[in-house]
Amino acid sequence: MSAELDELYQSIILDHNRRPRNFRVMDNASVHADGVNPLCGDQFTVWLQLDGEQISDVSFQGSGCAISKASASLMTAAIKGKTKAEAEQLFEKFHGVVTGKHPEGAESLGSMKALGGVSRFPLRVKCASLAWHAMRAALGQDGTPPAPVSTE
Amino acid sequence: MSVGSAGFGDLRPDFPLLAASPGLVYLDSAATSQKPRSVLDAICAYYETANANPHRGAYKLSGAATDAYHGARATIARFLGAADPDTLIFTRGTTESMNLLATAWGRSHVHRGDRIVVTRLEHHANFVPWQQLARAVGAEFRICELDEAGQLDIDQLRALVTANTKVVAFGHVSNALGTINDVRTIVKIAHAVGAVAFCDGAQGAPHLRVGFDALDVDAYAFSGHKMLGPMGIGGVIVRRKLLEAMPPYQYGGDMIEFVFDGDSTYNTLPHKFEAGTPNVEGAVGLAAAVKYLDAVGMDVVRTHEMELSRYALARLREIEGLVVQGPATAEQRSGVVSFTLGDIHPHDLSTMLDVDGVCVRAGHHCAQPLMRALKVTSTVRASFYVYNTTADIDALAASLRKAKDRFGAHVG
Repeated sequence: MSAELDELYQSIILDHNRRPRNFRVMDNASVHADGVNPLCGDQFTVWLQLDGEQISDVSFQGSGCAISKASASLMTAAIKGKTKAEAEQLFEKFHGVVTGKHPEGAESLGSMKALGGVSRFPLRVKCASLAWHAMRAALGQDGTPPAPVSTE
Repeated sequence: MSVGSAGFGDLRPDFPLLAASPGLVYLDSAATSQKPRSVLDAICAYYETANANPHRGAYKLSGAATDAYHGARATIARFLGAADPDTLIFTRGTTESMNLLATAWGRSHVHRGDRIVVTRLEHHANFVPWQQLARAVGAEFRICELDEAGQLDIDQLRALVTANTKVVAFGHVSNALGTINDVRTIVKIAHAVGAVAFCDGAQGAPHLRVGFDALDVDAYAFSGHKMLGPMGIGGVIVRRKLLEAMPPYQYGGDMIEFVFDGDSTYNTLPHKFEAGTPNVEGAVGLAAAVKYLDAVGMDVVRTHEMELSRYALARLREIEGLVVQGPATAEQRSGVVSFTLGDIHPHDLSTMLDVDGVCVRAGHHCAQPLMRALKVTSTVRASFYVYNTTADIDALAASLRKAKDRFGAHVG
């Protein structure tokens, strides 16, 4: 049974939880949004600096479980330098992998494929998606005005 | 040791879900309890032998349904120590009970400038209805804090309950920490200024002998599903003179006497507060549940849970970095142990325990104001009931140690 846990809590996840990347407030951000999960108290803010269509910098801060924090950290590393459209494509691929609907997308996710183990734990999909939803809200790509988004 | 220690054997075989899952370690009874076979059988038997709409028909079967429903009310009232069963109003559970009180009693008795007092320990269901009542009518809303030992600060409560206080709403037992409040003392403080004292007994009725009449409390609310009964049934016992002075909570069938074009008159107690077709299956199931608890004996239940808590506190405190929230001793708490482990997030812990078959609650336990005061965003909560044994606690401790090794938790 603990093979499932080995897959969920891979060393890269534990590392990003312990030493999150891009974990800082961004003073000169173009946009930002909060992601909250009221059920467990997880709360992150994601900041993005935009250069036209390109995400030139991204950072986050807040608190949450290992899955939500590591996922936020990995996300920032993955979307820095990407265009908004590329970030959205990455989100769709990521979402297909963590929900288990399109596991084949994992190979092109780079280090984020470590989050594939989440698909075995449906209750934790919202943790893995929290920062992504905040990022999309900040970019206005989730169809809502930039405001706190909730995964509950 | 895997046998109940308080004078009864392992009750697990009485609970079909537990009996069918030998590896399951169910430690979330404060959220909802498992159900014994006798409760499931009673619900089936009701539908197989007595189902009709009570109070409505002149035929015998409707009479059988009416008898089943009110017979259940009498059984549950007796179990909770209320001599007058017609003052037990069935609701969906404690949440609806507290909303009934805050709406039907509150809107007619609390006015601008009055004061409402609750405590820091409250579940949202006994916090938000009063907070919103205060906002709606312009009353003061005051919160009694905890002392350094994690108990309700009774001196502060005395100071807060001023002459303009109309209601003190408090929990019998904290769902988040297990803290047992001294109901009689709180009632005396409320009554000294002419306020009513309403008790949220969601975590009290399943675990402690209640004795409604002896407690002198003005209302006591409970949830059936936390005390071996089905979901969707619970109630509130209210002193008769308060019920008679309150307007109805909901309007509809069954609760009226005469309906004219311009106005209506209302039925007698308890019907005045039970609009619509009642939850007979729920009442019958809950009556079977309290019969089961009576057969075990509530004093025995209490002793068993205290011994489990004492054992759990000792075993968990052996784990370096584990911090138990709430009262220090098993005597001061019900069968609830809420804790954090190093810097491991409670949701990660809960997932890791789940893989070992250990079911615990992780989160804020619907008590955000309390969590904020304790300066934690969430905790892990293990809660015990009649079917738990020390073996369940051993499994919890072993799983926690594995989780700690996996995460290499920072415990400093």
